[in-house]
Amino acid sequence: MTFEDVYRQEWGQVVATLIRLTGNWELAEECAQEAFAAALERWPRDGVPDKPGAWLTTTARNRAFDWLRREAVGSAKLQEVAAMTYEPDPQYDVPDDRLRLMFTCCHPALAMEARVALTLRTLAGLSTAEIARAFLVPETTMSKRLTRAKQKIQHAGIPYRVPPAHLLPERTPAVLAVLYLLFNEGYSDVVRTNLSGEAIRLARLLVQLMPDEPEAAGLLALMLLHDARRDTRLTADGVLVTLEDQDRTRWDHTVITAGVDLLDAALRRGAPGPYQVQAAIAACHATARTAGDTDWPQIAALYGQLKQTPVIALNRAVAIGMADGPAVGLRLVDDLAAGPLAGYHLLPATRADFLRRLGRFPEAAEDYQEALDRAATDAERRYLQNRLREVSVGA
Amino acid sequence: MKYLLMICGDESHANDGCGGWSEEMERRGVVEGGAGLRPPTEATTVRVRDDELLLTDGPFAETKEQIGGFVLIDCADLDEAIEIAAKHPAAGYGTIEIRPVFVPPPGVV
Repeated sequence: MTFEDVYRQEWGQVVATLIRLTGNWELAEECAQEAFAAALERWPRDGVPDKPGAWLTTTARNRAFDWLRREAVGSAKLQEVAAMTYEPDPQYDVPDDRLRLMFTCCHPALAMEARVALTLRTLAGLSTAEIARAFLVPETTMSKRLTRAKQKIQHAGIPYRVPPAHLLPERTPAVLAVLYLLFNEGYSDVVRTNLSGEAIRLARLLVQLMPDEPEAAGLLALMLLHDARRDTRLTADGVLVTLEDQDRTRWDHTVITAGVDLLDAALRRGAPGPYQVQAAIAACHATARTAGDTDWPQIAALYGQLKQTPVIALNRAVAIGMADGPAVGLRLVDDLAAGPLAGYHLLPATRADFLRRLGRFPEAAEDYQEALDRAATDAERRYLQNRLREVSVGA
Repeated sequence: MKYLLMICGDESHANDGCGGWSEEMERRGVVEGGAGLRPPTEATTVRVRDDELLLTDGPFAETKEQIGGFVLIDCADLDEAIEIAAKHPAAGYGTIEIRPVFVPPPGVV
């Protein structure tokens, strides 16, 4: 195991414990950093301790203790510090504080961007500079965002805890939403794939810490089933490849199997939720041997179980169109055109696709052009250009 | 008569103090209570719509809404403050901004 591995594995736990002991987020991070620096200096000389995590936590705790003792002025503070020293030795007893850290970072009273940044910094151990790069903002901006979030937690009294049972139904989705957003940030952009990796790592941790929460397992399954197809989504020269045309032999079938197994185990608990349903849809795609084998009626039914946001409704229209024929799909898409999706590039792109399948090439060309004018990424634009050429020649 | 003074200003004056005003008004016996508020960046706004609790990080910014009352509460943490605010009927049609009260360091008050 490299030092980098130890860092990634232990950072979150060390910070989480230090926050619990000191109630001071900045101090917790600083002391964790110092503990890792000390390890880097001593381990090559003295050897890696039996329990690296416990060594790091103890070292960080001693640093925090020294600092607080120097700073302590009032007697109340001194009592606090004294109480800290009676903590059970982490060598023997290491309560896992990472779940409370996760819930606190993802508290709904924090802005979404702050939740994401805080999770990456305190749990995943990314540096402020790395997070700033991942979200394309200057480091000073990210640094302010993190400081502000930590100040709000401290001064507004956001509790450092796993919420009590009656709050879990609304608070667990808040944690899942942060991890899923993180995954999508990395998945939608080939440059920032490391964010998806972090999201998967954190989702794994969440599944481990909340083994009775099937939606956590559903989310991890969903991530794995998408991630297994990562390398086939773009051609070597950066053109988007749709699911239908992806090289299925290049999908990571070990990861797909892991995702499907995880999903099956979650579904057996009989408490389905939006992440399990989305994972089931991803599983339908990932386990179809060819695009033609895709179980579209099942996918359409699964989309029907999700909350009908405009984007979900569009996906459902696609599935029904694939199951019942492009003419049916086209009618459903046209019904959505008047709604809040007007201006969304995937609407004309979907319409164009059904028109193409119907052989109505001139109309398809018009819609591909409209989608092209609104597309968000270069990969999409290149794909749409190819389609536009295809239907223009066909016509 | 009872009046509530709502003290507004931009944050550049946050640490200006009251220049003896508080002491004078305490002497005159006209002050029934009061406190400084922590900055709006630490505010949380609470709305309940269709039975769903909606939280926003930061102060309320709906210009049509006007302050119509205030309640000072003392409870365990922000989770409890949110629960209390969400139960108030105004959360269902308007907005309730939760702002932590400034706690001066020990020895100052």
